[in-house]
Amino acid sequence: MCLAIPGKIVELDSQNAHLALVDVVGVRRRVDLGLLQDDAPVPGDWVLIHVGFALSKISEADAADQMRTLTMLGETEAAMQEVRGYGLENGEGSRQVQGRSDEIC
Amino acid sequence: MKYVDEFRAPEIIAKAGEEIRKLADPGRHYRIMEVCGGHTHAIYRFGLKDLLPSNVELIHGPGCPVCVLPMGRIDDGLSLAAKPDFMFTAFGDMMRVPGTHGSPLEYKARGTDVRIVYSPADALKLARNNPEKHVLFFAIGFETTAPSTALTVMRAKTEGLRNFSVFCNHVTIIPAIRAILDSPDMRIDGFVGPGHVSTVIGCRPYHWIAKGEGKPVVVSGFEPLDILQSIVMLLRQLRRGEAHVENQYRRVVPWEGNKAALRAMGEVFEIRPYFEWRGLGFISQSALKIRPSYAEWDAEQRFTVPGVRVTDPKAAQCGEVLKGVLKPSQCKLFGRECTPEQPVGALMVSSEGSCAAYYNYQHLKPVTIANAASL
Repeated sequence: MCLAIPGKIVELDSQNAHLALVDVVGVRRRVDLGLLQDDAPVPGDWVLIHVGFALSKISEADAADQMRTLTMLGETEAAMQEVRGYGLENGEGSRQVQGRSDEIC
Repeated sequence: MKYVDEFRAPEIIAKAGEEIRKLADPGRHYRIMEVCGGHTHAIYRFGLKDLLPSNVELIHGPGCPVCVLPMGRIDDGLSLAAKPDFMFTAFGDMMRVPGTHGSPLEYKARGTDVRIVYSPADALKLARNNPEKHVLFFAIGFETTAPSTALTVMRAKTEGLRNFSVFCNHVTIIPAIRAILDSPDMRIDGFVGPGHVSTVIGCRPYHWIAKGEGKPVVVSGFEPLDILQSIVMLLRQLRRGEAHVENQYRRVVPWEGNKAALRAMGEVFEIRPYFEWRGLGFISQSALKIRPSYAEWDAEQRFTVPGVRVTDPKAAQCGEVLKGVLKPSQCKLFGRECTPEQPVGALMVSSEGSCAAYYNYQHLKPVTIANAASL
């Protein structure tokens, strides 16, 4: 599906104004906040993430709903694989693996 | 009973099913199109069809970006990948999509530098970290994904990173809906509108469908209850003879969309005069290309792209399935020559594709939501 993954902003990146550390069920990765510049999130806010970019701000309850939707759709593993794959923090930002991965819309 | 526990409020779902049966006029046949591939996936996964009366038919729309991409564009992208010192990057979805001479993964097996990325920003990072390579990002997706590509291209320009370019295949949903409505063999009564595309474009762009074409649109979430509620909302409108745009997915979709995302798209992209869609043919003003002001980061402006056109394998009936004229199982190749493991057509590659969804979940129907709802 158009995978949209809920995450909680942990901290803003002091080096890079458009990046933030986001927690997705315990996995922490940097995501890009550039598409939310009109209503910039702060630590503690929840966002929906799509291909490494926060796409919208949502409530905590909606984030829980969204995570449940992913579980129901059997997409949790794909979502976590995507989040783990985000390479904005370190490493090369790509995986040489085969198999299911994110789907986009 | 694998999925039963996961459903929220099965009794409400059963009620929604009941409401749909009440609202549907038995003397009328309703054809409702879910535009988004994510909805198609959910509908099959949850066996939602089993909850609908036989006169409420769901037609699967064109909202699976991998599925609607013509093979020629894959060939074009891969022809660039084969250049020396090139690195081809794409989302995982693209990796098994067959081109004339193989999928990206098969190219990789033959020695082409092919990488899966999860974000266009990661492709940009690969360019930063590999200055000796030219990193090509094969961009696909609707308006959900296009803003991220746009922002990435803007960053490349700001950084002056010249060893990065995008092969742009972004498409837009509204012209595809128009093409479907204009198609003489299609009769659609209403639309379940895409969820995450609408996060970006908002609900206004659908107004012409309601006001101009007289067809109701309900932007929907992805849970079984969301989709059923959206069908209820559509049937209510149809019963009253009304046509409006409604937003069932208000918890995520703002009516006005995401203006920053739209600005980024407007900065980097312009509308192509026409673009080929698999199964739907050429649709005018239905895709995005990179503006001349960003030509340096546009693979098509920077390099020579062959412009390959490939007709789909004759036996595969992807076009008819994509337009809802045939059910996936009515295709001659379905489940035999064409399976998710060995896809012939793109509808079998992505789990958003109606063929893959149908194939993966057809055996699960008896134990999914129909049972859950009757518990």
